[in-house]
Amino acid sequence: MAKVDKTEKKAPAATTDALLPDVALESLGVRKAYKLYIGGAFVRSESGRTLSVDERGGAASKENVPRASRKDGRDAVSAAKAAWSGWSGKTAMNRGQILYRMAEMMDARAAELVASLVRGGQSEADAAKEVAAAVDRTVAYAGWSDKYQSLFSSLNPVGGPHFDFTVPESMGVVAVAAPSRPALLGLVGAILPIIVSGNTCVVLGSEADPRTVLVFGEILATSDLPGGVVNLLTGQVAEVLPHLAKHMEVSALDLHGVDAVLAKSAEEAAVLNVKRVRTRSLAEADWHDAAVTETPRWIERFVEMKTIWHPAGP
Amino acid sequence: MSSNLPLEMDREKAAPKAAGEGSPRLVFGDAWNYAPAPEAADHVKIAPRYELFIGGKWREPSSGKYFDTVSPSTEEKLSEVAEANEADVDLAVRTARAAYERYWSKLRPLDRGKYIYRIARAMQEKARELAIVETMDGGKPIKESRDVDVPLAANHFFYYAGWADKLAHAFPGRNPRALGVAGQVIPWNFPLLMAAWKLAPALAAGNTCVLKPAETTPLTALLLGKIIEECDLPPGVVNIVTGAGKTGAAVVGHGDVDKVAFTGSTDVGKRIQKALAGTGKKLTLELGGKAANILFADAPLDQAVEGIIQAIFFNQGHVCCAGSRLLVEESVHERVVQKLRDRMATLRVGDPLDKNTDVGAINSKMQLAKITELVASGEKEGATRYSAPCPLPSRGYFFSPTFFTGVAQSHRIAREEIFGPVLSILTFRTPEEAIEKANNTMYGLSAGVWTDKGSKSFWVAQRLRAGVVWANTYNKFDPSSPFGGYKESGFGREGGRQGLLAYLEVD
Repeated sequence: MAKVDKTEKKAPAATTDALLPDVALESLGVRKAYKLYIGGAFVRSESGRTLSVDERGGAASKENVPRASRKDGRDAVSAAKAAWSGWSGKTAMNRGQILYRMAEMMDARAAELVASLVRGGQSEADAAKEVAAAVDRTVAYAGWSDKYQSLFSSLNPVGGPHFDFTVPESMGVVAVAAPSRPALLGLVGAILPIIVSGNTCVVLGSEADPRTVLVFGEILATSDLPGGVVNLLTGQVAEVLPHLAKHMEVSALDLHGVDAVLAKSAEEAAVLNVKRVRTRSLAEADWHDAAVTETPRWIERFVEMKTIWHPAGP
Repeated sequence: MSSNLPLEMDREKAAPKAAGEGSPRLVFGDAWNYAPAPEAADHVKIAPRYELFIGGKWREPSSGKYFDTVSPSTEEKLSEVAEANEADVDLAVRTARAAYERYWSKLRPLDRGKYIYRIARAMQEKARELAIVETMDGGKPIKESRDVDVPLAANHFFYYAGWADKLAHAFPGRNPRALGVAGQVIPWNFPLLMAAWKLAPALAAGNTCVLKPAETTPLTALLLGKIIEECDLPPGVVNIVTGAGKTGAAVVGHGDVDKVAFTGSTDVGKRIQKALAGTGKKLTLELGGKAANILFADAPLDQAVEGIIQAIFFNQGHVCCAGSRLLVEESVHERVVQKLRDRMATLRVGDPLDKNTDVGAINSKMQLAKITELVASGEKEGATRYSAPCPLPSRGYFFSPTFFTGVAQSHRIAREEIFGPVLSILTFRTPEEAIEKANNTMYGLSAGVWTDKGSKSFWVAQRLRAGVVWANTYNKFDPSSPFGGYKESGFGREGGRQGLLAYLEVD
């Protein structure tokens, strides 16, 4: 009986060896729990839900990113609203310096951003190009921070004894649907024209590469940008956007590459508090074109013009 | 109650006490009797009937229907006006499109400007007629239509005419280009001026227009149509379709309109924004307001009181930017309220065609009912009403200049746009509280601040969430000065270089 057992056990042992490949047993890597970036803090979705993200090419390894809920969206709006007076109250040059600091942090962590984009499906060359363009865009907008005012403002030659002038001011909280691709440049390119003028924002990041969106949050956290100025959510745009579009504390919507039906319903919901809405779908290559994306029009769409009158007299 | 200012002590000695009131009162209103000074209107000929202005011709409406336009001060019918239906609007839009393609977009920009200059000049020449008809049709005092509405409207054309050939300089390096056909719907409170605010920048930017005036005040827009006809503008560049809400809906909903501009209530503005969702059409909205007028104790009070009166009673309070919430620093509240009573006693309410009239007729029966209802709610919710004890004409729609004290922020009269001569007075103790209360509204069109301290006026102006802030003045308008709202008061600006943006695509 015992002998029979021994012969029967030998064959399966050989099969198991074949099933188990060699595994390096030294120096185990630490995986990162990707978290939403809300109010300057890294948080899981309050819903406890995640989405599974593939390695490039769909290899076996999977990672989880938070799938933001309606409540996460509301929390992000609260954080953005709370950050608004401080951010819009900073001097224009100070905002410019903070945006420049953002570029410094991005450049210093360019390798990490490239790696993340590659894991998200980009080629090495395209990823490197995208990161470089994102750094450049940030530098460009850092420069805009104390200059667009001179272009939009006016001293109005009114017909009477009055000093009358018009100046731009920020709108408040802007909800942004960033394009799916380019995941980083589209994100950076969408938020810069909004925050440069003192707005704060809640961003629904790329569905195609949510990991990069959250890696970018880690860069923001070390860039002197006050918490709450940019709030990053990952998950499904179609799930969260309708709630942001209805939210009474959101002043404007900036929708990039949102499908027509969803964009229309968001525009309809925006009517509740007369949100300013911009919808556009830029081709991926256009995001790389500074002539398209670094014009003052991008800033102008998210400022209010205020006209102030005062009598002039002895 | 009594102030220790020598001047006021003198006044108190001189003034008899009003019956039933403990405090001394001034009886300004009886001090002078003005003889009637009616503006002669005999040379103004209002046609018995007006058609639609489409393609440079006056066309009968395909509906065959006409509606009456009445004088709100006499309740008499002035004329009847064509009611445009969808087919008429469609014809107007198609005509505007063809005129854009065939004439307006091909014209040398300077010549485009020259046409607009012609309109401005002709309006100046016909200023008196326009003012009289504006007053007859809408009920506003002749001194306002004569001194404000008509000259400002003409100036608006004159101002924008000069931009027509300078668009590239207005937006250097940004390749400005016209949008095409603009559909424009305007309100009844400044009928001619709003037509000018809409048409002038649209035309200067190179667009053609379909304009829908308000149904209670169509006449001056139609006279403007006559002027445009006489200026030999290429046919179809400006088309005017009269009618009520349905006509307006047809204009904004037309598939071949590239841009919609609307001035009116927030409620209708929201409906338009919703109707346009997903169409990609450009939209600007100039909607309601509930402006705060903040009065600090350090302000020159007499000058401020004059401004407060102007802010709320100008055009019977039918002004989207009217200073309808007065926020008074608590320490001067009683003095200011007394001064307001005194000043209101001198306001002349009555015949809008009389040159001495300060407050004319409420624009329509419907609007009078709305004002009456909101005032009743103010009394019901516990605020204290004061209405100027002035005689009102027996005919026509009139409402006494009124204010409420003891108003809470939650009261309807502190939250809703009354669009009438009704002021809600609230108090505050600190500048921060004033700003908090001023911004505690869904609206954000305008605001006022009165203080003798320069730094404070700018500090407050920067913190008010409103598109226009008048510091130590109120209700000032100019073609070169951008006007428009924050929040639910709409988006886009009218006036100035910025006003061109509503009618251009730029990079």
